[in-house]
Amino acid sequence: MIERKLIVRGVLAGAFAGLLAFVFARVLAEPWIQRAIDYETARNAAQAVLDRASGTLADSSGPDLFSRTVQANVGLGIGMVAFGAALGGIFAVTYAICLGRVGDLRPRSLALVLGLVGFLAVYFVPFLKYPANPPAIGHEETIQERGGLYLTLTLISVLLAIAAVWFGQQLKGRLGSWNATLVAGLSFAVAIGVTLLVLPDVGELAANKAVYGHQSTETPLPLRNAQGTIVFPGFPADVLAAFRLYSVLAQALLWGALSVLFAPLAEKVLQPATR
Amino acid sequence: MSVQTHDVATPVVVSLPKAALMLLSTALLALLAYYFIGVDEGMTSVFGKTMYVHELLHDARHFLGFPCH
Repeated sequence: MIERKLIVRGVLAGAFAGLLAFVFARVLAEPWIQRAIDYETARNAAQAVLDRASGTLADSSGPDLFSRTVQANVGLGIGMVAFGAALGGIFAVTYAICLGRVGDLRPRSLALVLGLVGFLAVYFVPFLKYPANPPAIGHEETIQERGGLYLTLTLISVLLAIAAVWFGQQLKGRLGSWNATLVAGLSFAVAIGVTLLVLPDVGELAANKAVYGHQSTETPLPLRNAQGTIVFPGFPADVLAAFRLYSVLAQALLWGALSVLFAPLAEKVLQPATR
Repeated sequence: MSVQTHDVATPVVVSLPKAALMLLSTALLALLAYYFIGVDEGMTSVFGKTMYVHELLHDARHFLGFPCH
């Protein structure tokens, strides 16, 4: 049962890669997540003062079921490791299907290529349109639409990647491996580019446009009092930039570690078959 | 299995009809995990209007790029 061996190794490699990504996130990203939460807290306090001045009722914030310490350590740890394990499972299934069906790739090279394609299709392409946001960014009333758009884009991106691989295989006989790969990659870029253009910006969702006018994102704008004077700043740009950079790096680490760890394990499993 | 035309070719080693059950069930489980880590108790909720999963995995959800409140 080669597929079972591959899946066990994929899940283990993924869980370990998730652990690495957790350590990375805990050390480098958590301080920025905390700053975003501090901004949110201070902003809510400022909003409450404004609301009291104008006589409107302030809305209560979300539930505090877990302390920040639990969220930043236990929650983040469970989330990253479980996410890694899940990716590892999908990775191994895809790897098993691709073996021998996607061109002359050695077992180890296939693992690396799959890691790169997975990182791009599952995370980075959706990120281009709907990037990761720290706490304090994201309106509660649009979560349905934002969730739907993100998952739709992820699904389209994965399907287009599969289509591109299939297309490349069709062209291989005529163009050779190198050119077929280039053409397949280029057609993926064009198709996904059109998709990215067609999908709406988060800020242009009807619920957002009604309140905030034309904005491309939900990043909090400065708060103004009744006179129009800015009384509280918009979301700090450095916090947003750092959070997103670390989000991309953590996913690169996760996918990279998964494929690098999986590659030799898979090669060992496959040795009787490839020799 | 000596179908090696040149030294890099990897033969098909997993027959899809035979491995279908194992591959599909793994993929399904992994997708279920993806859903609970990234989506549940946010956009949709399987076990009603609770917030335990959402709140516990809050930081991971933001950091992994999923839309959140």
